[in-house]
Amino acid sequence: MILVRLLLQTVLLALAQIWANKIRAFLTTLGIIIAVWAVITVVGAMEGFKGFMLDQFATFGANKVWVFPRMPPGQRDRYSWRQVRMTIDQVDSLLPNSPSLAAITPILNLNADIQAGDRFLPLASIQGVRPSWHDIEQRYVTVGRPLSNTDEEQRRQVCLINDKGVQELALPEDPTGTYMLVQKRRFLIVGVVETRQVSPMFGGDEAQTEVFIPFRTGEAMREFPRMYAVATTKAPELYEDARAEITAQLRRMRNLKPGEPDTFGVEAIEQAIAQVKAMLGAITMMVAGIVLISLIVGGIGIMNIMLVSVTERTREIGLRMAVGARAKDILTQFLVEAVTLSLIGGVIGILLGVGGAYLVGELAGWRTQLSSASIVLAVGFAACVGVFFGFYPAKKASQLLPIEALRYE
Amino acid sequence: MTTPIIRIREVHKVYRVGAEKVHALRGVDLDIQRNEFVAIMGASGSGKSTLMNILGCLDQPTKGVYELNGKLTHSMDSAQLARVRNEEIGFVFQSFELLNRATAHKNVMLPLVYSRRHFWGARRRAAESLRRVGLSDRMDHRPNQLSGGQRQRVAIARALVNEPSILLADEPTGNLDSKTSDDIIALFKKLHAEGQTILIVTHEEDIAGHAARIVRLRDGRVLSDNPTSQDPIHQDYVRRSLEAAQRAASTEGVTA
Ligand SMILES: Nc1ncnc2c1ncn2[C@@H]1O[C@H](COP(=O)(O)OP(=O)(O)O)[C@@H](O)[C@H]1O
Ligand SMILES: [Mg+2]
Repeated sequence: MILVRLLLQTVLLALAQIWANKIRAFLTTLGIIIAVWAVITVVGAMEGFKGFMLDQFATFGANKVWVFPRMPPGQRDRYSWRQVRMTIDQVDSLLPNSPSLAAITPILNLNADIQAGDRFLPLASIQGVRPSWHDIEQRYVTVGRPLSNTDEEQRRQVCLINDKGVQELALPEDPTGTYMLVQKRRFLIVGVVETRQVSPMFGGDEAQTEVFIPFRTGEAMREFPRMYAVATTKAPELYEDARAEITAQLRRMRNLKPGEPDTFGVEAIEQAIAQVKAMLGAITMMVAGIVLISLIVGGIGIMNIMLVSVTERTREIGLRMAVGARAKDILTQFLVEAVTLSLIGGVIGILLGVGGAYLVGELAGWRTQLSSASIVLAVGFAACVGVFFGFYPAKKASQLLPIEALRYE
Repeated sequence: MTTPIIRIREVHKVYRVGAEKVHALRGVDLDIQRNEFVAIMGASGSGKSTLMNILGCLDQPTKGVYELNGKLTHSMDSAQLARVRNEEIGFVFQSFELLNRATAHKNVMLPLVYSRRHFWGARRRAAESLRRVGLSDRMDHRPNQLSGGQRQRVAIARALVNEPSILLADEPTGNLDSKTSDDIIALFKKLHAEGQTILIVTHEEDIAGHAARIVRLRDGRVLSDNPTSQDPIHQDYVRRSLEAAQRAASTEGVTA
């Protein structure tokens, strides 16, 4: 009970003491204010940024794997394009040889002039895809029908077009049944797919006209068709397995000897996510370092002001001892004052930090995610700094002899 | 005979200033009984404050025995000494030593903050103590809103609040004018009449005259220790001041 009263008195006393020296107290806690402010704003902004990135990745599908030709870096003269380019046989061999894969489609990139009526678009993006493309890319028709296996087998001259293309070519709202020219060939429009806006972060810019045709139809339009493949794994966490299986299969197909580099690339979204997480983790660590330093600087400020306070109040300490304060009561008093001072800094820091995090989120356009962990951590750290750096001055005060403290001028 | 509140034997105090030693007390013996009112007198530098600080457990003797209420103080640790200062001693300083930020009431409550006694009713006790010194109407004043005499009354209220067995006052009127000094002395007499044991240091004979016993120090030793009525120096002082008063009265009569 005596402890409760003493503690209460001590806290009130500390608050009164701090209030009596407002400006000094504020300047003293500036280091802590800034540290806590920084940690909350940065952690909040980072969490927001991470959420934003993950949302972006999710639009690609978390379990997608890309397989594409790639010259081994720095060995351009050793491999010819013929060795590196991907063939349909290679793509078709992947699904039966990679048990982790759920589906796959080759994607053939053509750039060709297109025309409908008197509207003409030069070098539009034409992609030859299998019907499985719809499920893999999660892009379905809004009008008409999807591409079918029959289209594929019979190399039909049919196509899908996106909303943007419908606009650009001034086609009717439902263009199914009408024809357009792709590289001077007549294609029957069978369906419309939604335009997908790619985030600028991933190199997407303004939505473009896209035309999708059956893969084999496209293949027949080029002597050496350039293609890559997109597959889905049976589960997101299988991407490492899928990558190993695909790599082994393609190396076998391409007769690559052990020690020779891969002449292709296999990338998964999961991997990119892991990289982003690692990067954010590294930035967080860096910020933590900066925060630690500013907390130490703030702590030294507190220690300094507490030493001044002990000196200024030497007679008061003597008086308190003369009326019965024990060394540990004096120690507690100054410790509580130091902790109160740093907690006040912490609270101001939290307010500024929360405001800052929301402001950053607002400006950058992502949803700020304040982690209560970072707030608890910041306050805990502030209190620890108070105890740690307040201890020496408090100890010094408590070790004064009553009569010597009273004699102090 | 009952045990004295204070019993010191052969107390020495040596201050070390650099290589020099100052012998402030050179073997002092003193007993203070319950409900005594004792004045300690002596020239400046004779060791009065040194003795008071030792009696108040603010300082420790270099040599000698100090028994407070039958307990030996030199075997106590600093926490036990703190409790003794809190519960058994009320100390009044020449320079008041009030906390300037706190009201009179808060100042008086200070010893109770560190006390195991009076957990409930600390506020009421402090108010009661202020009433005893006649400052009920100044409870919420800060020291800088009070006169010197009032400040010393607050300090006395603080010294009394935890019911000490002895009130120690080191030149309590040293910073006050003579009118205010008389008021403070009157307060001490009232407290003594209520049963309080009091020990005050003063170098003014007329103030010492209010005490029942006068202990005189010189160069760290007890020079004399007499009831006031039998103290030759004091009686001499009383006689001379009486004569001076009579002379003043008669010259007044001549001019009239
Ligand atoms: N803290 C100290 N350090 C050194 N010498 C001291 C100290 N306090 C008192 N003295 C010396 O001890 C002697 C007694 O001092 P003090 O007890 O203050 O005398 P008084 O109160 O009777 O004037 C003096 O010579 C004084 O100079
Ligand atoms: Mg003195």
